[in-house]
Amino acid sequence: MHNPQLNKDGQLIHLLSVEGLPQAILTQILDTAASFMEVSARDVKKVPLLRGKSVFNLFFENSTRTRTTFEIAAKRLSADVINLDINKSSTAKGETLLDTIDNLVAMHANLFVVRHASSGAPFLIAEHLQRIGRDDVHVVNAGDGRHAHPTQGLLDMYTIRHYKKDFTQLRVAIVGDILHSRVARSDIHALTTLGVPEVRAIGPETLLPKHLDKLGVHVFHDMNEGLKDCDVIIMLRLQNERMTGALLPSAGEYFRHYGLTPQKLALARPDAIVMHPGPMNRGVEIHSAVADGSQAVILPQVTFGIAVRMAVMSIVAGN
Amino acid sequence: MNIVIQNGRVIDPKNGVDRNSPLFIADGKVAGLGEAPAGFVAGQTIDATGCIVCPGLIDLGARLNSIEAELAAAVAGGVTSVVVPPDADPPLDEPELADRLVHRGAEIGKARVLPLGALTLGLKGERLAELAGLKKAGCIAFSQASTPVVDTEALLRAMEYAATFDFAIWLQPQDYWLARNGIAHEGEVASRLGLAGIPVAAETIAIGTIIQLVRDTGCRVHLTRISSAAGMALIQRARHDQLPITCDVGVHHLLLTENDIGYFNPHARFCPPLRAQNDRLALSAAAASGLAAICSDHTPVGADDKLLPFGEAKPGATGLEVLLPLTLKWAEAAKVDLPTALARITASPAEVLGLPSGQLAVGAVADICIFDPEATWQLTPETLKSRGKNSPWIGYMMSGKAKTTLVGGRVVY
Repeated sequence: MHNPQLNKDGQLIHLLSVEGLPQAILTQILDTAASFMEVSARDVKKVPLLRGKSVFNLFFENSTRTRTTFEIAAKRLSADVINLDINKSSTAKGETLLDTIDNLVAMHANLFVVRHASSGAPFLIAEHLQRIGRDDVHVVNAGDGRHAHPTQGLLDMYTIRHYKKDFTQLRVAIVGDILHSRVARSDIHALTTLGVPEVRAIGPETLLPKHLDKLGVHVFHDMNEGLKDCDVIIMLRLQNERMTGALLPSAGEYFRHYGLTPQKLALARPDAIVMHPGPMNRGVEIHSAVADGSQAVILPQVTFGIAVRMAVMSIVAGN
Repeated sequence: MNIVIQNGRVIDPKNGVDRNSPLFIADGKVAGLGEAPAGFVAGQTIDATGCIVCPGLIDLGARLNSIEAELAAAVAGGVTSVVVPPDADPPLDEPELADRLVHRGAEIGKARVLPLGALTLGLKGERLAELAGLKKAGCIAFSQASTPVVDTEALLRAMEYAATFDFAIWLQPQDYWLARNGIAHEGEVASRLGLAGIPVAAETIAIGTIIQLVRDTGCRVHLTRISSAAGMALIQRARHDQLPITCDVGVHHLLLTENDIGYFNPHARFCPPLRAQNDRLALSAAAASGLAAICSDHTPVGADDKLLPFGEAKPGATGLEVLLPLTLKWAEAAKVDLPTALARITASPAEVLGLPSGQLAVGAVADICIFDPEATWQLTPETLKSRGKNSPWIGYMMSGKAKTTLVGGRVVY
């Protein structure tokens, strides 16, 4: 099956999912991001790699943080950035997703950064661009349904590499609502592709997708057992709406079993790092003492995120 | 007009016929096989050299959104009778609507139209539709199409009422609660792609409920579009217990699995969903053994309703013109002999319907499909007469093409 993210020469033309990308491409993105870290520290935080290009932020679902970091990244690459809050415009008038895309292509868009509530929406856009012969227009997935959030997955990898250097000796735990998490799926594929020998998923059965073992993940229901000797802990956000249905009895019970407290953190390796894609629910999935503690690398993740997004955009659409 | 079909290989699975001989048709009926009946004078001779002559296909599920185009598509696919589910707009819940559909079908004069009346008003699963009135208007049985009856008491009463008049009920077994948010089989692919899952239990729970109610009411039930191995096992046991239950599978489910979703291909979205490989193999075994009939589940969907993210795209595929080649493709892959495969789209559905058609015995109605099993053709939107161009097989080569189709002894294609 043709992977729509790659061209005939195996080069990355869209970033839709981490799944199916070779290790070399992931490493290329991380290395490129490392070279951009220095740009953000300069007085003049700009490189001309996307000069003259138009980046359209197409957010069919609300987001502040991701949209802002994409905007900053595109501007540091000297692109023109147009933010479209689609919830309030075209689709409200009944326009289809692909009609919206056609209109923006006619406005000479070069790169779409897409967030959508439906899994697979960025694939549909990429396939459409191929069908209409516009392989000069690129798509970066900024989160589609429960499916993927590849730039978050990659910035998580950047963070891990920054603190741990070598992927091939690590034990990584992902904790919480993996079922509904696009971040978790991207992290799992990235970790296994980069050679992490043990990826663990920790959560109650109601928040774990079926057949996780087929993705190369070890499942734990007991957090104390799952955190044992881990080098990296990735906490996931628990959405408020998950606590009102039949998935969980209450935020309190969830926190007692799956909230990361200093006591539970002590079960991991002493030099373990704690990550979170944000925004955090303090007291629900993470105790403030951990979130603000010395092992948390949650704010560096945000900083690295800009460099990773610069890297991705410059690789798929760079001059 | 008297017609003789010469030089073809006549396969009539119901009567165990498989031989090269002429077939004679008079007064809209089969008049003889091999030897002409006394005094037969052919008004038309059809040369079926290299072709198979079999009963016209009976499709247990085809939606006719634009009836003229779809009935033309039916006969182009060798289908001479189509069972139409009641989930049209408006739903087929009033005798006048059924009457109009039957008359319109007769007027068009292509494939026979066999409507299923709505079991409940508006298919809402609450109040019974006028079943006897619908029956009188030509409905062959009653159905909820793919909508479940959520209220089990309503289902029990509907079955009791139907049993009173010996009406059959057709149900697509799917538990409302377990299926309502799902868009794909709850398996490896859905987990990987982040698609909300529909567990197999959605099907088995519904089948279990229906089987129990059949035991209690004696109502005849046909279960449509079975998708899972576990579901098929329950039906097999019910049949073993001599319960009046029959079932069918959609032809796409015999050939495709969850893996065919690939990168969110909306053409691989079906209701019920494509399931895992072991499910596909169990459906295939059920079709091979005769436990299940095969249907097209023809669902024309406009391009705008398919060019959407997977979970927003309408489920279903065009089917009338691919039922024959896909059944042949299945038979070849599953090593099922040709007469058995043809039985599942002719004699088996006739048995489900309790109709004397689906065979070529002398005196049987002359609904006949003449097809070239070796003819290969590429499926493209242009080759389809149906308005529904939605198919996971677009671009693929198909083997087997209807050359001539007769309904009631008239050449309609």
